[in-house]
Amino acid sequence: MDLGPYTSFIATSYLAAALVVVLLIAWIAIDYRTQKARLRALEESGISRRSGRAATDMQ
Amino acid sequence: MSLIDLANPTRFLALAARLLPWLALVTVVLLGAGLYLSALAPDDYQQGATVKIMFIHVPNAWLSMFVWGVMSIASLGTLVWRHPLADVAAKAAAPIGASFTFLALLTGSLWGRPMWGTYWEWDARLTSVLILFLMYLGLMALWRSVEDPTRAARAAAVLTLVGAINLPIIKFSVDWWNTLHQPASVMRMGGPALDKSFLIPLLVMAIGFSFLFVTLHVAAMRNEILRRRVRSLQMMQARAYQGSASSGGATSQAVGAA
Repeated sequence: MDLGPYTSFIATSYLAAALVVVLLIAWIAIDYRTQKARLRALEESGISRRSGRAATDMQ
Repeated sequence: MSLIDLANPTRFLALAARLLPWLALVTVVLLGAGLYLSALAPDDYQQGATVKIMFIHVPNAWLSMFVWGVMSIASLGTLVWRHPLADVAAKAAAPIGASFTFLALLTGSLWGRPMWGTYWEWDARLTSVLILFLMYLGLMALWRSVEDPTRAARAAAVLTLVGAINLPIIKFSVDWWNTLHQPASVMRMGGPALDKSFLIPLLVMAIGFSFLFVTLHVAAMRNEILRRRVRSLQMMQARAYQGSASSGGATSQAVGAA
């Protein structure tokens, strides 16, 4: 695929889009793990939900 | 499961757990197909190969406005119906919308340099999108600056609805003012002005990015619900410690929490 004289502009656009999407996915995945870990720690310290379910219960 | 059932955060979490793998799969397939079709698209007779930047730029530009529209509807849900998930939806959407707006600005700028001879021009369309980006950042700062999520939600909802005034300004800026940015070529009266060889990859990429937004939004909403559950449990824990300290005896930590 020959992109001509503007290869750098096109490649930068696609790479930047890929980088931003990967960063978004990573941020959301790390945030999920962090919240789950904090809930688990609270549960282990003896704090329980009003419903009696586990704090990490997703159902 | 009816729509009203989703007002329950726990039911939303269960639904999100079932939906997310499928949403992610559809997103990957659509974006993969979109990238393949974009690679096969011919060069434009005027833009040359830089037309390929449009397959990234246009979906991100559409989504930058669409996400603010979603946040505006969620803000109405917060202020009018006090829906328990409305402000969760609005808060979770803001960083994703900001990312799409950033990409629209960046890719537009990278297209502008070879085509217009400049990275930036204080043109009505570009300036109004820059304002949208700054509003996203302002909204995210507002959410971080107020500790109580309920109070932050109301202030953010008002700011979001005021900011929605910018959406028609962005959309019609190319018609109302004499701008360097070209007028609409897809969503316009009389149908799209693009040839199918450009229109099909563009639409596939736009649908792919839309699914990406839905996937990330559901995942970010799930995180926000968990964050509020953490906050609620921490407050219960603090109250339990206070109670045990004031009574001088041991108090059960098995206190109620959301």
